Amino acid sequence: MKVSRNGSRQTIAALVEDRPGVLTRVASLFRRRGYNIESLAVGTTDEQGVSRMTIVVEGTSEVGDQVAKQLDKLIDVINAAVLDSTESIDRELALIKVMARPDQRREILDVVEIFRASVVDLSVSSLIIQITAANETIEALTDNLRPYGILEMVRTGAIALIRGEDTTQVVEFEDDELRRFHMESGRIPTGQLPHLSD
Amino acid sequence: MSKISGADIVLRCLQELGVDTLFGYPGGVVLPLYDRFPHYPDINHILVRHEQAAGHAADGYARASGKLGVALATSGPGATNLVTAITNAHMDSVPTLFITGNVTRSLLGKDGFQEADITGITMPTVKHNYLVMRPDDLAYAFKEAAYIATTGRPGAVHIDIPKDVFIEEAEFSWPETINVRGYNPPSTAEQDSIQQAVEIIDQSERPLIFAGHGIILSDAADDLRKFAEKSGTPVVNTLLGLGSIAPDHVLSYGMMGMHGSYWANHAASNADVIIGLGMRMDDRALGRFEDMNPTAKIIHVDIDPAEHQKNLETHVPIVGNVRDVLKQLTNAVQKATHPDWLSWIDDLRIGHRTSMSVPEGPELTAQYAISRIADYIGTESVLCTGVGQHQMWSAQFGAISRPRQFITSGGLGTMGFEVPAAMGAQAACPDRSVWTICGDGGFQMTFQEIGTMVDAKLPVRMAIMNNCYLGMVRQWQELFYDQNLVDVDISQPDFLKIAEAYGIKGIRVDNQEDVDAAIEEAEATEGPVLIDFRVVQQDNVWPMVPAGAALSETIESAEESAMS
Repeated sequence: MKVSRNGSRQTIAALVEDRPGVLTRVASLFRRRGYNIESLAVGTTDEQGVSRMTIVVEGTSEVGDQVAKQLDKLIDVINAAVLDSTESIDRELALIKVMARPDQRREILDVVEIFRASVVDLSVSSLIIQITAANETIEALTDNLRPYGILEMVRTGAIALIRGEDTTQVVEFEDDELRRFHMESGRIPTGQLPHLSD
Repeated sequence: MSKISGADIVLRCLQELGVDTLFGYPGGVVLPLYDRFPHYPDINHILVRHEQAAGHAADGYARASGKLGVALATSGPGATNLVTAITNAHMDSVPTLFITGNVTRSLLGKDGFQEADITGITMPTVKHNYLVMRPDDLAYAFKEAAYIATTGRPGAVHIDIPKDVFIEEAEFSWPETINVRGYNPPSTAEQDSIQQAVEIIDQSERPLIFAGHGIILSDAADDLRKFAEKSGTPVVNTLLGLGSIAPDHVLSYGMMGMHGSYWANHAASNADVIIGLGMRMDDRALGRFEDMNPTAKIIHVDIDPAEHQKNLETHVPIVGNVRDVLKQLTNAVQKATHPDWLSWIDDLRIGHRTSMSVPEGPELTAQYAISRIADYIGTESVLCTGVGQHQMWSAQFGAISRPRQFITSGGLGTMGFEVPAAMGAQAACPDRSVWTICGDGGFQMTFQEIGTMVDAKLPVRMAIMNNCYLGMVRQWQELFYDQNLVDVDISQPDFLKIAEAYGIKGIRVDNQEDVDAAIEEAEATEGPVLIDFRVVQQDNVWPMVPAGAALSETIESAEESAMS
């Protein structure tokens, strides 16, 4: 993944309600406003009913600010903020399948060691290398492996947290009934439904 | 506690919300709901002739009254017919609730009869939407939906309910409080930003207020006047801001923008401090952003932080409800007057009066008809418009003086808005005289609602500015497409025969001399009235700031346009 055309990207952290349709709403917003998503990672947090999205978007800091504000407008987004890259820890996991003839394997393993990555699969002619690191490090590893021939690779997309004590965490609690409504809203109920048609 | 059907829960929810009027059209999946209507006589359902009209009527109702406008449609085509109206209401930040039915839950997503992924379709055009899958969730959904629609920056909210959810029973329990974590509408602004703004305003020599729809939505006209008077700041309006200050107020300088006045546009280009109040810095009002006023300090008050810095570099963005912020600003700002600045704008107004005057000459023009109507009906009436030349002339000559007097489609610019929105406004304001200025093109899009007006006894006065053209489109083809007129001369039926077909009064006016009598006759009529004003066919709206031009490049006439 190369740096974007005008040379900048923004990382946005958003806390969202964990309910059906949230991903669509966010993706739909990006499409409507014309923002280019480089990567999107989403997962649950320690707080029930709240998920965290980390979105890397192409653009200047003005674009990043607009994106965060537009996201914040969505009812399902609890809050959204641009993460300053100098004040946050960014990590991403990548799996890279590289051609590795036995006579090249030693060199490749040296590269792997230098990058503090690891080998998770080995075959007669290939290796799968796993690395967890910041974007630039993954780019550098990929550049160094490219001469050997990259068969395929997959990346999870970046996740990030602000350094220090500050958080983007939500501390608002919801009563059980309300939380159930928010989490279940739009989900097809389980079990047999009483009416099958008109 | 006993259980009641989802349909009853929906109607109980509407009662709790104080909804006494809704516009709708029945269909298969909403039959269980309609079946229960007779048991709720305090909720007046108005049957329309097309769902789009139900949506526009809810919109007009909300704009005229400030209350939540509600529309109801069935699944599939009924729901998709609402989409234009939903998008229109949301673009102009009108508090509206759209309810649609959908197929039974087990059929969802399987391309059933009259099924549409309506929540997917409306997602980008509403503030929020809900697909309610259990009758137990209906009360929460309605309470939240109304809260979201009417607070913060108002907007359209959509609730989709599968048929069997109307049928299934649950206990009805109206939630005491709501808590939406992701939604916190602001009210007063941070003291810091007020301080910054006040420092700039106190030092300004040529301040100018851009007053927009937000003033009207938050009932802040009085606060606007007080702030303008204390700080000595003249006020110009966006299209939707018309009515936020009376035109005869000494600080009021009328509409700015693409068809605003020469003096308002030049004041905007020459101010040293611009205070945007409840307006979104859009291109119709501001012209080419970079050249609107590169040196002015811009203070932008808006309840929606995403509007700050969206189009224009803002020096002091202030997030808050404009009514509360105006109180804060008025308290903190110094008393000031700027007589030199005001007389500079006054001189421009005197010198450039003609470009914004009713044309002289014997022919019947739309401008003349509209100004006579405005003069006769006064400011306690409601003036609606469609979209096009007649809309711009209504803004220019409609003498809009009070908030919620002017009902017009601004952001989306929807032709066909004129008739159903007026219907909604009349339902909201039964004691006011409601007039709607119609284009002959737009009228033909939704005039079937005359049937609704007759049945529901909504005596709207429809004044068609009949020039046999899609006037605004023709104007653009004349000015920007080398006079190449394509598909803009549109025929029309005999409008009087249409009036007759619906059993309402129709009046035809061909000459200036007959205008006053026609208006008087219409006002004296008890039921809906249609007036066919056959106006000059080829006329353009001036002044004009062509798309992509700066406000300082306002063109005042055809001759000037030919030279440039």
